[in-house]
Amino acid sequence: MTQWIAACETDDVDPEDVIPFEHAGNAYAVYRSPDDAFFATDGYCTHERELLCDGLVLGGTIECPKHNGRFDYTSGKALGAPVLVDVRTYATKVEDGTVYIEVP
Amino acid sequence: MTGPGGVVVVGAGECGTGAALALREEGYAEPVTLVGGEPGHPYERPPLSKAVLSGAAGLTPLCTPERLADAGVTHLAGVAATALDVRAHELTLADGRVLGYERLLLATGARARPLPGAHVLRSHADAVALRERLVPGTRVGIVGGGFIGLEVAATAAGLGCAVTVVEAAPRLMGRAVPERLAARAAARHTEAGVDVRCGTAVARLEPGRIVLGDGGAVEVDVVVAGIGSAPETALAEAAGIAVENGIVVDGSFATSAPDVFAAGDCCSFPHPLYDDLRLRLESWRAAQEQGAHAARALLGAAEPYAAVPWFWSDQYDLSLQVAGLPAVTTEEVVRVRPDGAELWFGLDAGRLVAVAGIGVGTAVAKDVRIGEMLIARRATPDPAALADPGVALKPLLRAPSARRVRSGAIA
Repeated sequence: MTQWIAACETDDVDPEDVIPFEHAGNAYAVYRSPDDAFFATDGYCTHERELLCDGLVLGGTIECPKHNGRFDYTSGKALGAPVLVDVRTYATKVEDGTVYIEVP
Repeated sequence: MTGPGGVVVVGAGECGTGAALALREEGYAEPVTLVGGEPGHPYERPPLSKAVLSGAAGLTPLCTPERLADAGVTHLAGVAATALDVRAHELTLADGRVLGYERLLLATGARARPLPGAHVLRSHADAVALRERLVPGTRVGIVGGGFIGLEVAATAAGLGCAVTVVEAAPRLMGRAVPERLAARAAARHTEAGVDVRCGTAVARLEPGRIVLGDGGAVEVDVVVAGIGSAPETALAEAAGIAVENGIVVDGSFATSAPDVFAAGDCCSFPHPLYDDLRLRLESWRAAQEQGAHAARALLGAAEPYAAVPWFWSDQYDLSLQVAGLPAVTTEEVVRVRPDGAELWFGLDAGRLVAVAGIGVGTAVAKDVRIGEMLIARRATPDPAALADPGVALKPLLRAPSARRVRSGAIA
């Protein structure tokens, strides 16, 4: 069973940026792309347990703040050393200015 | 020739292991052999002074053993390379094996400068040996207030040890870190109960005590030396390869010997961002980037290496990050953020040449990363904007790049 959870308002995230979101003890990262699409991934990098929301968003990528591992946040794909494992992504939708993410 | 041919990589640390894997990612199909003097699977060194030393975590492997196997990389662990014949293109190993090569990469790293009677910290074995001594109440004397010394101090203090850091220079972390940020780190150590003594020379070690230059002494149970490292160049030197503060390489990591390259902590290279100043970096990310770059260079790519130097150090809840070269700075700008994190920008003739930050956790990471990108672009940001915490840094990336002129030249 998955459920849609309200994560934030669209204005809470700047274009080409990321904010943290927590639900049921799990950390998520919510992204707004340069062209105003919203995406969500697990909150932590798959390399070491570092919060991705402190990292830099450039175009469609997020860079881990600690060791600069990069992911395509639209697909979760790990883009090379030191990250070897893709980051999990979650579906998002926007309704009435609220960003929802679909979590298990 | 008795060996496998192809590429032989000497050194199975961050640089060498990454290079071996990168060769495959670049499509190289000939044999790749990775020779490492340490036993076991390649691992990451940064946690050795932190989570591994505290016992909070085990070793972090550089990659899964399957990944090395799947890439068809032959890893010879626990066997040192003892001789290199650059004319015959042969590498001799400690067990007598001789490996022929088409191309060779020296990623031999560096070794901790020893101080007889003191622990050092470079390898997993070093960390295990030191960890056994760090029980609560132990008096730990640390010689050297650099990154390794201070990270060990923080970890030891966290384990309940009574820690004294003795540094000969007037302040911690030398020219690699701006004074203001070093002072912030020093204050954090003091707050944690560490006795930080700068401007204090060590005369000698005696059993149970560090004798100081001024005649005083610090009573200790354990001594750790964090007095820098020296590039591992013996193999190259004996082979007649040019060595000067590391194995001398060009912008593509080629040494003075044909078909022999060197990268990572063991090499010194010219940096195009700093007027081809020769640098030898001892950092995790440089090792990683240089390994990947050298792999491409081995296969014929000619683009010079120009990555901005970058490193970090974790001490307690604080993380320090530095990008660029603070030592070549002539003008400094400080930004104090509302969350207490501090950023420091170094300029030279208007150009941003260094950025550093200190804050809790990864608080400064994003800003330092943007600063690093500005350095790479030879940006000339307005110092007033850099100083103002109300001005976002990211939009500065969209400003037109500075003209590609060397500092001091007429634009």
